[in-house]
Order: sequence, then C-alpha cells, then structure tokens
Amino acid sequence: MAASIYRSWGGFPQIDQRGEPLVWRTDPLPGAGDEEDASLLPFGNGRSYGDVCLNRGGTVLDTRALDRFIRFDREQGIIRCESGVLLAALLHLVVPAGWFLPVSPGTRYATVGGALANDVHGKNHHYAGTFGCHVTALELLRSDGSRLVCTPEENSELFGATIGGMGLTGLVTWVELQLRRVQGALLKEESVKFSNLNEFFRLSELSDGNFEYTVAWVDCVSRGDSLGRGLFARANHDSSDYTGRERSDKPSVSVPFCPPVSLVNRWSLKAFNAFYYARQRERKRVRTLHYQSFFYPLDSIGNWNRIYGPKGMLQYQCVLPGDDGRTMMHEMLSTIAGSGNGSFLAVLKVFGDKSSPGMMSFPRPGVTLALDFPNRPDVFRLLDRLDAMTREVGGAVYPAKDARMSAESFQAYFPAWREFAEHIDPGFSSSFWRRVGGEVL
Amino acid sequence: MSQVLILGATSAIAQAVARRYAEQGANLFLVARDAERLDAVADDLVVRGAAGAGVLVADLTDLDRHPEIVAAALDGLSGLDTILIAHGVLPDQDACEQSAREALHSIDVNFLSVVSLLTPLANQLADRKAGAIAVISSVAGDRGRQSNYIYGAAKSGLDTFLEGLRNRLFKSGVHVLTIKPGFVATPMTAHIPERGALWAQPEDIAAGIIKAIEKRRNVVYLPSFWALIMLIIRSIPESIFKRLSL
Repeated sequence: MAASIYRSWGGFPQIDQRGEPLVWRTDPLPGAGDEEDASLLPFGNGRSYGDVCLNRGGTVLDTRALDRFIRFDREQGIIRCESGVLLAALLHLVVPAGWFLPVSPGTRYATVGGALANDVHGKNHHYAGTFGCHVTALELLRSDGSRLVCTPEENSELFGATIGGMGLTGLVTWVELQLRRVQGALLKEESVKFSNLNEFFRLSELSDGNFEYTVAWVDCVSRGDSLGRGLFARANHDSSDYTGRERSDKPSVSVPFCPPVSLVNRWSLKAFNAFYYARQRERKRVRTLHYQSFFYPLDSIGNWNRIYGPKGMLQYQCVLPGDDGRTMMHEMLSTIAGSGNGSFLAVLKVFGDKSSPGMMSFPRPGVTLALDFPNRPDVFRLLDRLDAMTREVGGAVYPAKDARMSAESFQAYFPAWREFAEHIDPGFSSSFWRRVGGEVL
Repeated sequence: MSQVLILGATSAIAQAVARRYAEQGANLFLVARDAERLDAVADDLVVRGAAGAGVLVADLTDLDRHPEIVAAALDGLSGLDTILIAHGVLPDQDACEQSAREALHSIDVNFLSVVSLLTPLANQLADRKAGAIAVISSVAGDRGRQSNYIYGAAKSGLDTFLEGLRNRLFKSGVHVLTIKPGFVATPMTAHIPERGALWAQPEDIAAGIIKAIEKRRNVVYLPSFWALIMLIIRSIPESIFKRLSL
C-alpha cells in the first residue's frame, strides 16, 4: 500500500481511500481490503474532476507505473500500450513518426486508460467523434481473474460498456488505438471574435465543414447585449516544419502552493473575462501554433487547479441537443452570469453526430458548455438549476467532470445505465457510481 | 550505436535508464528473473526506439549461471559499451536479525553476485580499453545503522569493491561509477508508508545516472542533496552515533 494521496483534479470531494500501485500488467489484481463490500477502482493520473476516479472506503488501483508501450506499427499508425501511459508520452513518441492522437482532451496529462474510461472528446468531435471511436482493442482484467480481449467484434458488449465505463467494468491493462496521420507538430489557427451566442452558432456552422478543430472561449460574466460573446478558435493541422525550440513534456511554470482561499472570485472573474475578450483587437487573428500551445494551454501551468484554494472547484459540462438546446443555452448563460459565479475558462462547442461505441458515452449532437466554479455553498444550488435546464431539453451532464449530480438526473441523462450496470465487475465500484447508480425510489 | 547491458532490467530505476538509452537508439541486452516482465520491458524499449532489446531470463543469485549470462550478453550485443548493474533486494531487517540464512541471502544478492558478474565483465572491458560500468549501490552503505545494517554492509562491501575496480581499470580507460540513490519511490520501497520531500522518482534518478556516466563521475549521490546528508551522518562520532536510533 502506498501513502500517496489520491485526489481528483477538482479537489472535491476529498476522501479517504487506499492506493494499490500496479506495476506489471501480467500480475493478478490485488485484494480490495478487509472491509466488507470493499471494492476496487482503477486510478489514472487524477485528471477527471469529480468522483468518477474516487472510491471512498475502498481501494484505487494506481496504474501510473503501467506505462509501457507494447507495439507501434509506424506504417499503419496503430499503437498498443499499457493503460497508464500518459497522452503526453504517447504524443512524444508518435508525433515525430508522423502520427497524432485521433481525439485529444484539453490536457495531455491524462492516461490512455482514463481517456478510454471517460470516452473523452476534443475540439474535433464534429469530425472524429470521441476517443472510443478510435480504440481497436483492449484487454480487460476482471476480479474473477479472467482476462478478456475486447474489440468491436469480440466481447463487443463489454467493449461498448468499457468505453466510457468509468473504470467499473474491470481493469483495462492495455489499449490499442488507431492514430491519425499528421505532417508535423504544427497547427494553423484562426481566432475569430464573436459578440453574442447567435454569432457563435453561425461561426460553428460555417467552420465545422472546413476546420478539423473548432472550439470557443466564452465570456460567462457579461450580460445583456454582450451575453455569450467570445473568441472562436478553428484550426487544421499544418504541413510546415516546426523549427522552434524543443518542447518539454513538463509544465514550464507551476502554481507553487495552494492559497488559503480561492483566487477566483467575482472581481477577478470580471476583470479576467473583460481583459481576455479585449486582448484580441482585430476581428480575426491567424497564427501557426505548436500542438502543445493549441491543445493544452493549461498544461503549461503546473497545478493550475490550486488557484481555487483548499476547497477546490466544481466543473460543469452539459450538452443541450437540438433547437431547444440553442434557446436553452441563452437562458443558461444568462443564469450563470446573473448568479455572480463564473469561470475563467468557459468553453462552448457544437458536437457532431458521430456516435461512439461507448454505451455510457457523454457526447451527443448538440451544443456543449464547460466551465468551472470555485467550491462555494451557493454553487450547488446554481448547478441544480443548470441540471433542471439540461433535463428539460433532454441533454446530459459529463460524469468525468461531476461531483454532485443527483441519481435522478444521471439516470435521465444516461437511459442505458441499467443495461450498463449488468456489465459492471462485481468487485469494482466508485464513489460516483454509488451516488448515482442506485434505483431511485 | 551504443551497446548496453542491463542486469536487473525490470527494476524501476533500470527501466527508466533503459528508456533513455532506447530513445537514443541504443542496442540493449536485458537480464532479469521474470520472463513476462522482462518481455514487457523489452517490447517497450523497442517501441521507444531501441535498435534491439535481447533478453535472458536468469536469477542473478545463481552464481553458476554467470559465465553463461556473460557469454549470452556478449553474443547478443555487438561490442559492449555500458554495463548497468541494477539488481538488488531490500531485505527485512528483523528477519535478517533472526535468521542468518536471510542475512546471507541479502549479502548474496546485493554483493557477491555483483563481484561474480563484474569479474569477467570488467576483464572484457579492460581488453577493449573502453566502456563504462555503473552500479547501483545505496546511501545505506555509508554508515551501519540498526534499521538496515545487513543491506548496508552488502552495499558497503560493494562500494569498496568498486573503488578498487575503478582504481585498477583507470589505466585501461574503463570508467566505474558508484551510484548512491536515497529514497526512491519504486516497488522495492512501496511498503514504506512515510513519504516526504526526501523521496525521488525513478525517472529523476535515471537522468542523474545518465549524466554521471557521460561526465565519468566516480561516485554520485542521487538526488545530489544526499551527499550533504551523508556527509553529516558520516561525521557523527561513533560514541554518539551508537546511541542514536536512525
């Protein structure tokens, strides 16, 4: 047993659990502990925000030493690696060989196993779907000792349950992934200013056919005519050679300690959002960027989550489908701006219609909003209101970012949950699942 | 292309060193006890860029097999530039106090097996008049302490052996490096509950080892602040030291 502290990225909730470091993929699973109902849960690099990676009173299987590559077909772009490999390590290997992650989340410090278990998406969802769409095979180690290779053809139900399965179907020991060809490490990005939400939707429609990556930063503090103003980023991989300095896999600066109170408050939010919007003077700015700057701007600041203070933060990401969703997004942004709570980084994106093999996958066609709030008592009330809006239009909230949604909400968002529950390994559980996965009376 | 032999190749520090050599395109030959683990390490190194990663499954305490191991390594590599000796065990001190067999086993693994392996291997490098021998010892060898003196005694013997070997091989141009890591977060130390600022990651130790080999250092403490800590510990007079519980 290691004494490392296992926390999720949001720093809430903070709970007690044992960690069991796994070193070899060929080893059997360790015991869950002496307590009755003690369960296991795989833990990657702790980049999910809430409690999908936590297991109160149980054991987390620390997979960070399962960081070996198994094979890499440099011609076909198929890579097989252990589940604890960081996306950063994978990129470090494959980019010089002319390949890239088919789908990348906003941090490269997540593990491959974590990306699979949360079926992560990225700025190219309209083009490539989710991470799970590109997984060709995986091995699952179950608590009965069985090892199952799962592919879209073989053990296909478990394959579908494991992609986006939040680590509950067993330990994924290795993953095989189809990569995407690139000419180099650079992207050509256009940043376009928009002054309200309707303009955002128009830009999305115009851009999604021509740009592999689209995402928008939105000022979530402004109200009235400026409601939903922001910067729309759209990009494609670029073929020119990167001639800059060698990029490090580690953050260049770091938040050195956790301040006693959150630095994110009403005043800092207002100032930051206004500054960030005004910083780009021209309507459209074109840049060529290294992939690290384009995909992972926050990774350059180590432990950025510390700015939220010791109580941590709550992330919220929902998807609102259809025309009703667009209308509701106006109302949602207006509710957030009116609440006095808000976020430095509020992100908007329109998801495409490419469906994932993952039974519990979060993305679906519609508009998605992601933002984080300092953990204050009134935030929980606000988030309940946002949940009510999401449910009203038949949307969903992203489990990887959640620490508080109700079982009723979860089950409304993910109607396949009962079918999924049949695939859960009886020796596995999580704090998240115990909160949302029971029958609501 | 550099030719690297790693004994105890499945240890966390050895893996981290091997990855660095692999990324430089080295040809490696790996020896460890467990076949499945060894294969997992070898496959990883090939993906990371190693020109080759030959393997041999062997228990390094089986001294009778040492000539075979040396022959297989020389056969599996084209020449020999760098040898890393990374195998070892951290014995349970209480068990060693109760059982001479336990104590001697620790000496076997941590000291005798290294002498047995390095005797023919050092001669190989001496004949070639080039190369580097890097051996993982420990800060525990710097002073006998009640909490781990069996381990410490083996490492201390090892240090003296390496010192002599360094002296002997100097004129042949062969470099001998003694590596003294402090607390490293590895499976060997996973049972030790207290973790603090003194603990280092295997990757950091590996970076220090590669640098020390390149700079032909003689003895390195890793991370380097251990040099100061051990200087202080070594300078405590024995009349005081024997009363301490370190």
